[in-house]
Amino acid sequence: MSGAAITGVGFTDFSARSGRSVLSLAREACACAIADAGLTAADIDGMASFSVMHDSVPCVAVATTLAVPELRLALDLDLGGQAPCALVWTAAQAVAAGQARHVVVFRALNGRSGPRVGTMRFAGGGGQYRYPIGYGSYLMYVAMWARRFLLETGQGSRDLAAVAVAQRVYAERNDRAYRRRPLTLDDYLAEPWVVEPFRGSDCTVEVDGACAVVVSALDAARDSRVPPAVVASGAYRAGGRPGLDIGDHLGWEDYTRNYTSLLRDELFGRAGIGPGDVQVAEIYDCFTSTVLMGMEGLGLCERGGAGTFVASGGTAATGRLPTNTHGGLLAEGYLHGMNTVAEAALQVQGRATTQAPRHDVCAVTSGAVMDGSALVLTADR
Amino acid sequence: MTTLDPEAPLDPEAPLDPEAPLDPEAALDPEAAAWLGVDADSRFFWEGLRRHQLLLEHCDACDRVRFPPMPACPYCGTVGGTRQSATGHGRVYSWIRVHRPLVPELADQLPYTIVTVTLDDGCRMVGRLDPDIEPADGLAVAVHYVGHDGWTELRFHADSPGADSPGADSPGEAGR
Repeated sequence: MSGAAITGVGFTDFSARSGRSVLSLAREACACAIADAGLTAADIDGMASFSVMHDSVPCVAVATTLAVPELRLALDLDLGGQAPCALVWTAAQAVAAGQARHVVVFRALNGRSGPRVGTMRFAGGGGQYRYPIGYGSYLMYVAMWARRFLLETGQGSRDLAAVAVAQRVYAERNDRAYRRRPLTLDDYLAEPWVVEPFRGSDCTVEVDGACAVVVSALDAARDSRVPPAVVASGAYRAGGRPGLDIGDHLGWEDYTRNYTSLLRDELFGRAGIGPGDVQVAEIYDCFTSTVLMGMEGLGLCERGGAGTFVASGGTAATGRLPTNTHGGLLAEGYLHGMNTVAEAALQVQGRATTQAPRHDVCAVTSGAVMDGSALVLTADR
Repeated sequence: MTTLDPEAPLDPEAPLDPEAPLDPEAALDPEAAAWLGVDADSRFFWEGLRRHQLLLEHCDACDRVRFPPMPACPYCGTVGGTRQSATGHGRVYSWIRVHRPLVPELADQLPYTIVTVTLDDGCRMVGRLDPDIEPADGLAVAVHYVGHDGWTELRFHADSPGADSPGADSPGEAGR
């Protein structure tokens, strides 16, 4: 345990065209999270965020517009969806060490109307071998992993479909979600390919918006108006040869196992639990395949069994392990997993839109392939 | 075991010295190099492709071949190594088929297939697969070379049994 907890969450609307600056979005989400935690900007002394190819604004800019008197911690990471859990864990450790008292962690972007991560060219040495041949989109790299994963684990289109369909049920009830139209297996199978083995509903929906959480010292969190979501454990992992940039997977041996397999023992060990103790899961889902791989990687399902588990209702609100209970990035919108962490906190606090019946232990992940991070959030016990 | 000066060229015997005589027709066009994103680590690779040679870096300490080109071995950390000609033969490890024009310049070529290939040399590469081939797990493939304006693309086609050299030139001009 870190001695820290998530005390507040905040969101802007998620839209196709915000018509606003990223700074304006970031400020709003952070202000909402601070108010949700029962705090004011004067209480905030740390901020942390991440961006891809300069698609966001730095912590100091947001601190300026929030009129935060003084920052003792400011972290701006050049990372994508690997970052949210890692940043919350780092914030929790900073709080536990006395380096800060209340840290706001946020992600803000005009991800639909502005630069789109799905098709942007990443900096780094690996792009020259991909972009010139039309291998130039993040979804292609995850699709490349997905093909091998499905082959080796004996899964297929219907297993991917199960994820999209199950998560849409949650999204239908979620006012924040961008995609709320019902989705059936037949609807899914009738969709044209985007990049085989992915159809449109396998892919996250890019949106404009922002999301923030407040990480507070546990003693302060206990005075909060909402129950704290205790940061019981966190871990980041990049395996061997994670590549020259976030799309360079050529040095990675096994496209059927991502970072979740590597950090699992550390993550659960630090929390003093096993995979079987997890009551609700929020698994990073820029694409459907990463849910299956993440659940199997964390040991929440047997290898090769995640698709069947999802298709049989195992991840539904009434199932053994409610998962991606906001509709996920697939349906709520692509805030690069910051909203996945926020949903995990809401679940543990008992105030989610679709509340899991048992919600004292939640596992949440950030990232899809070579590297990523995860948290265990628990009720204050 | 050879320990190389990290500042020295990787292999003084390989015909890759930028000063070495080069058929001007086969030179890597500076504009194309900038567009590709060629850097000091990768120039030999792209210049090799212009000569229809697949050149890979080999670690003299741990005997592993690596790709992409980089300053040190990602398996053991040894700086430098030797540039050597690769077999260009391998097997398909994974693949995707692109149906939507996510890369607008290639919209007229849809759908196309990208394969991840485990080369017999030991490393993995990605490349386009010739359009008439159905990809499959473990499919034997070999490299060939497709000329573009100022640069040369490494592409894969189905390997023919008994073939022992990297594939023949393909004259196709697919444009950038």
